[in-house]
Amino acid sequence: MQLAVDNLACRRAGRRVFDGLSFTLRPGEALAVTGRNGAGKSTLIAAIAGFVPRHAGEIRATGIGERSLSECLHLVGHRDGLKASLTAEENLAFAASILGGPRLGTDEALARVGLPGAAHLPVAFLSAGQRRRVALARLLVAQRPLWLLDEPLTALDAAGQGLLAGIMAEHLGGGGLILAATHAPLPIEGAREFRLGA
Amino acid sequence: MLTRLANPATFMRVSGYALPVLAVAAALLGAYGLYLAFLASPADYQQGETVRIMYIHVPAAWLSLLFYSIMAVSALGTLVWRHPLADVSQRAAAPIGAAFTLVCLVTGSLWGKPMWGTYWVWDARLTSVLVLFLMYCGILTLWRALDDPGRAARAVAILTLVGAVNIPIVKFSVEWWSTLHQGASVFRVGGPLVDPAMLRPLFAMALAFTCFGTALHLAGMRTEILRRRVRRLTLLQAERLERAAA
Amino acid sequence: MMRTFLALVRRDLALATRVGGAGGLSLVFFLMVVTLIPFGLGPDLNLLSRIGPAILWIAGVLATLIGLDRLFQADEEDGSLDLMRLSPAPFEVVVLAKATAHWLATGLPLAVFAPLFGLLVALEPAALARTALSLLIGTPALTFAGAIGAALAASIRRGGLVIAILVVPLMVPTLIFGVAAGDPTNPASAQALTILAALTLATGAIGCIGAAAALRGGGE
Repeated sequence: MQLAVDNLACRRAGRRVFDGLSFTLRPGEALAVTGRNGAGKSTLIAAIAGFVPRHAGEIRATGIGERSLSECLHLVGHRDGLKASLTAEENLAFAASILGGPRLGTDEALARVGLPGAAHLPVAFLSAGQRRRVALARLLVAQRPLWLLDEPLTALDAAGQGLLAGIMAEHLGGGGLILAATHAPLPIEGAREFRLGA
Repeated sequence: MLTRLANPATFMRVSGYALPVLAVAAALLGAYGLYLAFLASPADYQQGETVRIMYIHVPAAWLSLLFYSIMAVSALGTLVWRHPLADVSQRAAAPIGAAFTLVCLVTGSLWGKPMWGTYWVWDARLTSVLVLFLMYCGILTLWRALDDPGRAARAVAILTLVGAVNIPIVKFSVEWWSTLHQGASVFRVGGPLVDPAMLRPLFAMALAFTCFGTALHLAGMRTEILRRRVRRLTLLQAERLERAAA
Repeated sequence: MMRTFLALVRRDLALATRVGGAGGLSLVFFLMVVTLIPFGLGPDLNLLSRIGPAILWIAGVLATLIGLDRLFQADEEDGSLDLMRLSPAPFEVVVLAKATAHWLATGLPLAVFAPLFGLLVALEPAALARTALSLLIGTPALTFAGAIGAALAASIRRGGLVIAILVVPLMVPTLIFGVAAGDPTNPASAQALTILAALTLATGAIGCIGAAAALRGGGE
């Protein structure tokens, strides 16, 4: 699939967040969206996901057939979407059924993010970094071409960042797209940078 | 003795021996009590065969209060001495007390049908027991709502003690409310004069219920101790995963 | 779509039974309201018996309000709702599933235990059966009406009270026909039961569409 954002403008509670954003994202490409706090990184991600209405401009996705854009993307944000009283496995199995199309089994996905053996642990017992990994494992249990990641490196240690880099490289190698809002540089070779609010 | 027992490991060992003894005693006493209650005691000249419900009802009522007292003492233990076993005892006592209160309510209601012609009368005693049941429900709800056992223990201990102080006030106000509406509560449960032939099964059953309740309480405490051990081990496992990943 | 529905129902029921879940809470509250009214009215069994169906229904309405504030808010706060917004299933299905799970955990127990609690207010066997039946048929309407309010208040920090004010007016028709259907001396009680069933179906449709419309845009 290919994503084209054309002259996009968003408002939040009447306040201008950004105007006239344009970029394209082709298969295998990663875009690191940077900018100061409040520049609208999270708003851009929410707008692409369809959670925030566009004020002007267009978001076009091609090559996804009949499906809508929101069915073709993953979002991992500040709010991790995990239920503390459910186990890691239950959380992932739920995400897989909701998002449709299982790709990796939950055990395999947990192993890929460096949490083998955490399947039956309630998420409440996990540390912030471990929770983050479980949330990232969601990217692996359902197949979706576009990954929207809001500060994906937060709470991850060096080992976790290394694992994430491998997972992202594999996704890009398979023709996937990544758009990540980030303060730190993305651990991806050849990622373009898009600066907001400059 | 108490301080030596009050160590979870010692408690597990001693209660492991005490539990089967109590269970057997409860079974034997219960069998004897039921034999007396159903076969070897006369029917009441006023209440007929229905009086036999009392052999279950009265011991259940006794245990519903006993368990609230156990909880109140345990609550003091939690708040004043911060003893871990006190809180385990309180946690284990709550569902058992609630269950005996429910048994008391149900048997009272079944007894009421032939006596009063209806399953429920807002009689002062029955109503007080109902309020006691609601208090048990509140305590159980608070346990369930809090995840962290330490915080839950303190909160529940405070609620239990507040409840204990309130029980006499509730009892008094319900009685006042009930006599205010005298029409509905002309009946009184039992009388001061009980025939010795009925006292014997009553005592046997009360003793059997006490043994049974204590056995349940010990079993509940053992389960709770094990449950906490499982929780600790699970937390440890999560930590180990963290270290392995780093 | 069916898969999404079942996964959601299963998850919400599991959450209700875990630590911090609301399973059983509404039932206890229901019992408390039923107990409270005789303390205010006095223990006159004839009076209680006459107004018994109304007591049970009002207690049912109040008990349904319990836990409604977390129906969507909890999922909105932790981001689970965003996950559901990305589902290929229509958002109405998400609302239907969450409301169904909520009803199974709160409304159904009310109907099941109503005959027992009805004894407290001296209902006759016929009235007991009819009130339980009317609660079984009518409580889903309460849940669906509540779902609209829960969806509208999902992103409000202190949503609980707001929800009660939003949805109680929507519950009025259900209460009217529910009480009428529960009273066996009412000559029109059979018709009331039919209307109650119609209300449940209509509120189900309106509730799913309305709540989905309120939530689809995103609360963030």
